[in-house]
Amino acid sequence: MAKFGHANIGPSSKRSLPSALLTLAVLVATSALAADVLDGDTLKRLVHQDCGSCHGLSLKGGLGPDLRSKTLEHYDAEVLTGVILDGIPGTAMPPWRPLISEEEAEWISHYLLEQEAE
Amino acid sequence: MKHLFLSLAATLIMTTAYAEPTATGDLGLVIERAQGSVLLVDQSDRAALARIEGLGDLSHASLVYSPDERFAYVFGRDGGLTKVDIVTRQIVNRVVQAGNAIGGAISDDGQLVAVSNYEPGGVRVFDANTLEMVADIPTEGKTIGLVDAPGRRFVFTMWDTGETWIADFSAGAPEITKILDMGKNPYDALITANGRTYITGLFGEDGLTALDLWAETPEPIRVLPNYGRGQEEMPVYKMPHLEGWALTGREFVLPAVGHHEVLWIDADTLEETGRTQTHGQPVFAIARPDGRQVWVNFAHPLNDTIQVIDSVSKEIVHELKPGPAVLHMEFTPRGHEVWISVRDANKVMVYDTRTFEKLREIDADSPSGIFFTARAHRTGL
Repeated sequence: MAKFGHANIGPSSKRSLPSALLTLAVLVATSALAADVLDGDTLKRLVHQDCGSCHGLSLKGGLGPDLRSKTLEHYDAEVLTGVILDGIPGTAMPPWRPLISEEEAEWISHYLLEQEAE
Repeated sequence: MKHLFLSLAATLIMTTAYAEPTATGDLGLVIERAQGSVLLVDQSDRAALARIEGLGDLSHASLVYSPDERFAYVFGRDGGLTKVDIVTRQIVNRVVQAGNAIGGAISDDGQLVAVSNYEPGGVRVFDANTLEMVADIPTEGKTIGLVDAPGRRFVFTMWDTGETWIADFSAGAPEITKILDMGKNPYDALITANGRTYITGLFGEDGLTALDLWAETPEPIRVLPNYGRGQEEMPVYKMPHLEGWALTGREFVLPAVGHHEVLWIDADTLEETGRTQTHGQPVFAIARPDGRQVWVNFAHPLNDTIQVIDSVSKEIVHELKPGPAVLHMEFTPRGHEVWISVRDANKVMVYDTRTFEKLREIDADSPSGIFFTARAHRTGL
């Protein structure tokens, strides 16, 4: 099993389909890319340190908008994943597809939606 | 009374722990971004002296020094403005002045400290002694590129509206001059060491925009109008910083936005004089104080590397890999050494700038900006 699991993400009431996808993604990652499994700690670090260059270390916003869960809660995970992978043309949000996998982007969008409120 | 008590306590500590008076000319502070602390360091000893804690959210923090090199004003991302006494090694005052701040500056006479804010957008100006607010300048936009200019002035620019404002405090209440049409989405700005030229980098359109602050009425001057992110916009994973505006003899060096290169510009004509291809998207391009070398670090994921460019040949003469997440570089005032923060190694590394030999590693907790006290005497830093 990959290093991260549901316990790491925390319980949520709205995770049925995305959760299934995520589980599938984990299985795929685990079986097909055994040497390259999702590493929750590394991805969390990416979110806070590198996304944080624009969105703030604590994700409260900066040049880029606030990414805390209460701000994002009306977005579907799929929408966030798409924004992470492909950016928002005409804005400073870059596409991260050259740097991270779809599974990693999905992990990040779930992480953002399920962070503990501060 | 409280103040007196603190002074007495400080004096007692001083008397017992430091028999010698503390000279601050070769000291500096390193921002430790994870835990909200700053590390007091000594250039000559290449050592950390003390950690000062309790400064709030220091992601993307910076600081300026009082003219006597005793006090540092630290600007935190959470809007905190903290005054640190580096002689007694303690926080002497702290205010949370806005919700989301980005940087600050100190006036040429050392009496006013200005902070630029994203939320609420604008600039707030404080008495450097008491940290009482003396002016509030709302701008209706995220404010970037705040610098001090000679004559008790501050200059700053708005990301959203593309305006640059000059706030002149020479007569007490600020007199604001607004310069419109600086360009779309300026992301940072800088002022040259002589206080004459202010230049903004643009994210939303090609080129840069300069202002001649010696002009009676400064007008936007387009620089490199044909330089841009290209037909297919290059993704930018970290906005470059222009603070390290590198003057090398007669040219300036600037990090390009999105491209893997730095740009050379003639300081008099503001015409392009060359480009140097680099390892990644540059974040800082900083000249050694003598101008002979330019040191460049890079955006994620190539941020483990530094390249050194010779300013005469404009060629890369050395490359080093200090470690994961190189965030900042600070030269000793005469340039014989450079201090480099390597965030994910939790180290500040000290290098000889001629031999490139690593001289020392100093433990620091997620270090970012490094600020030596010599900045106290330089416009724009």
